[in-house]
Amino acid sequence: MDFNDTPEEAAYRKQVRDWLEANAPKAREGSADPEASDGMAASKAWQAKKAAAGYACITWPKEWGGQGGTPVQQVIFNQEEAKHPIPGNPFQIGLGMCVPTVMTFADEETKKRFVGPALRGEEIWSQLFSEPSGGSDVAASRTKAERVDDGSGDWVINGQKVWTTGAQFSDYGIVIVRTNPDVPKHKGLTMFWLDLKDPGVEVKPIHQMSGGSGFNEVFFTNVRVKDSQRLGAEGDGWKVSLVTLMNERLAVGGATGAGWSQFMEAARKTPGLDGASALQDQSVREKLADWYVQAEGLKHTRNRTMTALSRGQTPGPESSIGKIISAVQMQELANTAVEMLDQYGIINDEDLAPLSAAFHWSLMFAPGLRIAGGTDEILRNIIAERVLGLPGDIRVDKDVAFKDMPTGR
Amino acid sequence: MNFDFSDDQKFLKSEARKFLEANSPTSRVRKVLDDDAKAYDADLWKAVAGQGWLGAAIPEEHGGLGLGHLELCVIAEELGRAVAPIPFASTVYFLAEAIMLAGNDEQKAYLLPKIAAGEIIGAIATSEGPGVLNASSLQASVADGKLTGVKIPVTDGDIANVALVLAKENGKPGLFLAELSDASVAREAVKTLDPTRDAAKLTFKDTPVRRVGNAGEGFELVEQIFDRAAVLLAFEQTGGADRCLEMAKEYAMERYAFGRVIASYQAIKHKLADMYVKNELSRSNAYYGAWALNTNAPELPVAASAARIAASEAYWFGSKENIQTHGGIGFTWEMDCHLHYRRSRQLSLVAGAPRVWKERLVSHLERRNVEAA
Repeated sequence: MDFNDTPEEAAYRKQVRDWLEANAPKAREGSADPEASDGMAASKAWQAKKAAAGYACITWPKEWGGQGGTPVQQVIFNQEEAKHPIPGNPFQIGLGMCVPTVMTFADEETKKRFVGPALRGEEIWSQLFSEPSGGSDVAASRTKAERVDDGSGDWVINGQKVWTTGAQFSDYGIVIVRTNPDVPKHKGLTMFWLDLKDPGVEVKPIHQMSGGSGFNEVFFTNVRVKDSQRLGAEGDGWKVSLVTLMNERLAVGGATGAGWSQFMEAARKTPGLDGASALQDQSVREKLADWYVQAEGLKHTRNRTMTALSRGQTPGPESSIGKIISAVQMQELANTAVEMLDQYGIINDEDLAPLSAAFHWSLMFAPGLRIAGGTDEILRNIIAERVLGLPGDIRVDKDVAFKDMPTGR
Repeated sequence: MNFDFSDDQKFLKSEARKFLEANSPTSRVRKVLDDDAKAYDADLWKAVAGQGWLGAAIPEEHGGLGLGHLELCVIAEELGRAVAPIPFASTVYFLAEAIMLAGNDEQKAYLLPKIAAGEIIGAIATSEGPGVLNASSLQASVADGKLTGVKIPVTDGDIANVALVLAKENGKPGLFLAELSDASVAREAVKTLDPTRDAAKLTFKDTPVRRVGNAGEGFELVEQIFDRAAVLLAFEQTGGADRCLEMAKEYAMERYAFGRVIASYQAIKHKLADMYVKNELSRSNAYYGAWALNTNAPELPVAASAARIAASEAYWFGSKENIQTHGGIGFTWEMDCHLHYRRSRQLSLVAGAPRVWKERLVSHLERRNVEAA
C-alpha cells in the first residue's frame, strides 16, 4: 500500500509535467467566478493547444484525436493540469457526454464533421435532457418531434428543455424528444443532435437564486431536423441517453467553493465566545473535525478508485458517494461559517464579508448542487438499487401509454 | 497509485473470514453473552493463537510472523465483523503495540513471544472514573517501584496477566507494567454494555511494576499507543458496520409489509444507502490510517483520529439503524442486532470517546497549520 505511481505512470506524469510547464498559461484569464464565462477566448485557446498535442481527450482513439490512453493517464493529466492557472472548461459536458454519444451512434460523415471541432474547442456542445415536467424523471420528457408529412423524412421539434448548462454559448446539442406518445414513456423517446443556432431555438438564461446564470431554458418552435440527425433508432432514445448519462457522474465534479481549511482559517480570525477566537468554540471544533473526516474519506475513496484504474480494474461503486457528501457539506459548512460571524453574517458584500464572501456564495449555490446531476434522493436510490441491489421503486406509469400518464399540471 | 491491500493480504482476509465463520458464529458469541461467568471464548482464543494472528505484526525474532500492520488490519476487520469475544484488542493493539513501540529489549524478549503464542492476555489501564482523564486528575501513583491506585474500567482486566498502567511517579506521569497475578492486585469484574467484552475494577496496593518508556512521558506514550490502536479498532468497527448493513439488507429483502418487501420502500432504501456511504467513508479513512501505521508516517496522529471518528460514526449509525430496519424483532435478545449495537459502544469508548478524538484532531490540524505557516 502506497501512493506511488507505477514506473509507467511516473514516466507519463513526467511527460505531462514537461509539456504543461512549456505550454500552460502562466496567469489566469477571465473571472474566477465559476458561473461566469468571460474567459471563453482563453478557454478556447487552451483547448486548441491541448488538442494539438493529443491531451484534449486522452482516452479517445488516436484516429479521433486522442491518445488511445488509459483512464489513469487522463487522471494524471487532470491532476497536473490543475496545478496551473488554466482557464475554465466549458467543453466538459460536450466532450464528456454529448460527443461520445455522437461517436457511438452517428454516421461516419457526421462524426468527421463534428468530432474534430469539438475536440479543439471550436464548437461547444450542450446536453438537452431535463424539462420543466421532468428533472429526475427524464423519461417523462414532453418535447416532441413529429415527422414532416412531405416525404423528406425530416422531423419538426416543439417544446422546451430546462437547466441546460452552457446553452447560451453552445453551438450544438443532443436532445431527447418524444416521437411516440402512444407507448409507455421509455419506449417512445428518440435522440437527435441539432444546431442550437437554428432560428427556431430560443435560449433564455435562468436567473438562479444564487444570482448567477449558468443554466438556461431552451425553447423549440418548429425546429426542423433531418432524419440523419437521429442518434440511434426511433424509439431507442432512452437507451441512447444511458450512454450519455453513464459519463455524467464523472463530468459533474464535486463541490466547488470554500472547504474545511478555509473554514478553519476563517474561524481562527473570527472572534468567538468569551472573546476567544471562534476556532476555540467546542461546537465549531466538533463540526470542523467532522468535515475534515468526510473530506479525507472522499479523497481516499478517490485514491481507491484511482488504484483500481491503475490496476486495470473497473472501479467499484464506492465512487458514487462523492456528491451526496460534498454538496451537503458545502451547504452546512457555508452556513456555519456565516453564523460564526454572528450579526455581521447578514452582510453579503464581497468588499466587507470575509474571503470576498466566498461562504455566502457557497451558501446560495449549494441548494443547486444538491439537485444538479442527480438529486440527493435520486443518488440514494442509485446506491440502493445499483450498489446494494435493492428493488426498484414501484413505477405506476410503466405500462401506461405516455399520453395517458397522470401529469398533475 | 497503489492504495489498496495486496492480493496476499486479501487472501489472508478471506481465509480469516472462513475461519471465523467456522469458529466464531454468533451462536458461539452468545455463549459468552449469556454466561456471566464466561469472560471470553477461551477455545477461540487458542484457535486464533494457532493461526498466528496474535503475532502477525510481531517480528520473527520475538516469535511472531513478522508480517506487518496491514496484515493485522485485515484480520481486525474480520474480527469486528464476527463480533469475536476475545481479548484480541487488549493484548495485540494495546499491549503488544506498546511494547514494540516503547519497551526495552528485556521487555520485548519477555513479553512478545508469550503474546504471539497466546500464553498471556494483556490489558491497558488508564481510566479512573467518569469523564476524561488528565495529568492533574490522575491519582494512581508509583513509589519505589510499587504502584498504588484504582483503575476502572479495565477492559479484560479480569482475565489479563499483564496490564499497562498509567500512573504518576514523583509527580510525573509514566506508563508501567504490572503482573496482575500478584497478590497485591484486587480484581473485581464490572458489568459492561457489551458482555462479550468484559472489564474489571483493578485495585493496586504496593504492586511491583516496571516502567515502559521514559519517566514523565506517560500521556504522550498513551496517545501514541491509542493512535496505533485506533487504526486497528477502526478496521474492527468497519467490519462490524459492514455486517450491520448486510443484516439490514438481508432482512429488508425478505420482510413483507403492505404487500411488498420493505426493501422496496424509499425510507428503507435511503437509510441503507446512508449506511453504505458512512461505511465507505470509514473504510477509506481506515485505509489511510493503515498506510500511516504501517509506514510509521508523521501523519499517523491525524490519520488515526480521522479513522477513529469515521469508524465510530459508521458503526454507531449502522448498528442502530440495523435494529430500526428489523423493527420489533430487532429489539429482541434472540436477534443478533444488539450484539453489534453493544460492540459499537464498546469499540467507540475503549480508546477514548469520539468527542475526545475530534478535539485531538483539530488540535493536530491547528499545529500543522502553524508549522506550515
